[in-house]
Amino acid sequence: MEQPAYAIGLQYWLKKMGYPRLIIGGFLLVLFIMAPLTGSDLTTQFTNVVNRFSWNAVLVLAMVPMIHSGCGLNFGIPLGVLAGLLGGTLAIEMGFTGPMSFVMAIVVSTPFAILFGGGYGALLNKIKGGEMMVATYVGLSSVSFMCIMWLVIPYKHPSIVMAYTGVGLRNMFALDSFYAGVLADFLKIDLNPLGINLVIPTGSILFFALLAFLMWAFLHTKTGTAMTAVGSNPTFAKASGINVDRIRMLSVILSTWLGAVGVLVYQQGFGFVQLYTAPMNMTMPAVAAVLIGGASVNKASISNVVIGTILFQGLVTMTPTVITALIHTDVSEVIRIIVSNGMVVYALTRKTEGAK
Amino acid sequence: MRGIKKDFFGNQVLTDINFTLGAGQVLGLCGENGAGKSTLMKILFGMDVIRETGGYSGDILINGEKVTFNTPFDALTAGIGMVHQEFSLIPGFTATENILLNREPQKKNVISEVFGQRLNTLDYKEMDRRATAAIEKMGVEIDAKMVISSMPVGHKQFTEIARELSKEQLKLLILDEPTAVLTEKEAEALLDSIRGMAARGISVIFITHRLHEILAVCDQVVVMRDGHVVRDVPTSQTSVDDITRWMVGRDVQSAVTPQEAKAEKADARIIMSIKNLWVDMPGETVRDVSLDVREGEILGIGGLAGQGKLGIPNGVMGLYEAGGTVEFDGRSIPLNSPRKCLDSALAFVSEDRREVGLLLDESLEWNVAFSAMQIQNKFLKKMFGGLIKWRDEKAIHDVTQKYIDALEIKCTSSKQNARELSGGNQQKVCLAKAFALEPKFLFVSEPTRGIDVGAKALVLDALKQFNRESGVTVVMISSELEELRQTCDRIAIISGGQVAGIRPATDPSESFGALMVSKVI
Repeated sequence: MEQPAYAIGLQYWLKKMGYPRLIIGGFLLVLFIMAPLTGSDLTTQFTNVVNRFSWNAVLVLAMVPMIHSGCGLNFGIPLGVLAGLLGGTLAIEMGFTGPMSFVMAIVVSTPFAILFGGGYGALLNKIKGGEMMVATYVGLSSVSFMCIMWLVIPYKHPSIVMAYTGVGLRNMFALDSFYAGVLADFLKIDLNPLGINLVIPTGSILFFALLAFLMWAFLHTKTGTAMTAVGSNPTFAKASGINVDRIRMLSVILSTWLGAVGVLVYQQGFGFVQLYTAPMNMTMPAVAAVLIGGASVNKASISNVVIGTILFQGLVTMTPTVITALIHTDVSEVIRIIVSNGMVVYALTRKTEGAK
Repeated sequence: MRGIKKDFFGNQVLTDINFTLGAGQVLGLCGENGAGKSTLMKILFGMDVIRETGGYSGDILINGEKVTFNTPFDALTAGIGMVHQEFSLIPGFTATENILLNREPQKKNVISEVFGQRLNTLDYKEMDRRATAAIEKMGVEIDAKMVISSMPVGHKQFTEIARELSKEQLKLLILDEPTAVLTEKEAEALLDSIRGMAARGISVIFITHRLHEILAVCDQVVVMRDGHVVRDVPTSQTSVDDITRWMVGRDVQSAVTPQEAKAEKADARIIMSIKNLWVDMPGETVRDVSLDVREGEILGIGGLAGQGKLGIPNGVMGLYEAGGTVEFDGRSIPLNSPRKCLDSALAFVSEDRREVGLLLDESLEWNVAFSAMQIQNKFLKKMFGGLIKWRDEKAIHDVTQKYIDALEIKCTSSKQNARELSGGNQQKVCLAKAFALEPKFLFVSEPTRGIDVGAKALVLDALKQFNRESGVTVVMISSELEELRQTCDRIAIISGGQVAGIRPATDPSESFGALMVSKVI
């Protein structure tokens, strides 16, 4: 039976977009339409979504290198987060303040990210095929290990150690005099003086755009091409003379470093540093976001990252206000968990498909 | 079997197969790889693949009645047993348990009285008795209590056969290359047991590459070639030589005479010299190969499947663990390092297109240009004094388009994913990848496997042209002797992991056939 041209076009478009993206996008649209009806301000909602995007986008970007090299989704992102936390706390401990503390946080976290990523990569090269499972436990165990280290490392700086004993770091501390908002406040667009509640953290978005551009450019170089080929077909890559293990290692280090930078960006937006078990909560949102964006286990693009982060963070920020206003019960956390875990399950069951 | 026909997606693999087999007779079935033996047996055994690919035409008659098997279970009930080339045994179970799996004699117990017969206990004494009886039928000694994983290969094979024998209704037993993994002595024992089975009235279809075994045990020989039965004769009226000739001798006269101008190449210098090469490639073990390749020639490597011909290029190119010495252009090439080989201007078109040869989920451009980009820094733009090597999309597009035109690759555009192409076109992409490397020496492994006749001719022509015009030395490995005879200057036949002999392509097919089976282990 012949199908009319528009039907084929529609099917093509549906396939290209991917059902999860369409469903979540549609849901988000409904939320945006309903927001004014429930009495919440549309611009406030928009500001929330944009800000959450700017905090999380780099963490989601950290998924890309490992997906490209065929190491799967980086469930071990807490390792990168820990490198970032070490960098941040040590930079403060060294006495840096303001924007300088952010720069130093990245500088100090880099060697940790390379070290952690190197070990993590070596481990993943030994267990090809089971990366994601092992990565999950690498993340969990390293976070637990660092829970001890946060108490043992002799930090001295009064604004970050436990208030009474002075030994060990606090569970959470503010970054006001350090790097809170250093990126977000750069070229910030704030329409509050005009009576409109709209704030756009231009600096954070630019910073993400810079990293995303570098990632895009990297994937267009010789080494980046090799990385994609390794992920697409490792045997082919080996037969073309590529050192598969070395490329995979490089991708893991890149992912870990981006995780470290990602958490620092998150902190500067959020304004606080969360230690101890907090890094564990970083994994699922980042994994789910890149999957919603249309990435698969071995294919991911920058647009997947951008679209996915907007959709996922939109969902997380919009649902509390809108749904709560509707049914008078706070279900935001429930929805967040259902969406993020559901997405991961969905993606793992369809291992090869991906949307561009 | 009467008038059996089967095609896979329009590719006719079996045409008008007819033969009959009497009770208690042993029928030897032989033919080159791809002659259709396995397909025929799959039809007889009602395997799923046959139905899924559109069924077959023709009739199978058992005891004069027409039967149709939709599943192997139907075939089993009708009294047909099959022992496959690959073992299907549970390693952690004993021989007894494997022999009687899912057909165990059972005893009722208290729990099963209540909850039904699924909870019956197994009657181990009865099981032992039956298993021992089945093993005795073969006339060999196997410890029925031994766990499969600790058995030697031969005993595993016997266990498989015993499993079929333990089925009381067994009337016809199909053995697919049962002796391939056995030592001489074990094979001898197996042949004895086949004779014993026949004496008990069980008919046997025996598939093997070892022709003398057929002569030793069979009553009747059926030789297949290209999906036809070419000969069906009583064993007493034939010999190994006859069978060999029937197996390979397709239209010997009409085969295109291999090209002229061989004399000048005979004294060309030796460009690659392989000495005492061994390669540990599963299923294609190379034991001890020494081979000289002359500059500018096309050397064919042929032989039966599993004899090691595929192991040679895979070993030299470093894809499987190998040892020995390989000298190329006066320098020795380190083994087990694909990079070093590619750096020395060697290239390889793998027989495994989908796994090794292609990036299925990437565009044709990537597939063609990738190796050349990584090895020779082609198709790259240097930026900041060579610090950044940027992919040159335009150069990549141009080179891909060039090969799409030259090799007549059918695709929607050079951006199409390799997965979407047909087998023949995928093969052309693999060639284009190798050509883009502009190698001095090219290994081509099974270039025509699984592609249709038209594409075959194109691929072979492209290879010949590449050899003549660019002066590239080509080593082509193929299971199809005729194809080698049409394309190559000289043909080396590998048998039992060794070189059985090298002959000019003009030699008659029979001489190659004899070499193929000469050292089979």
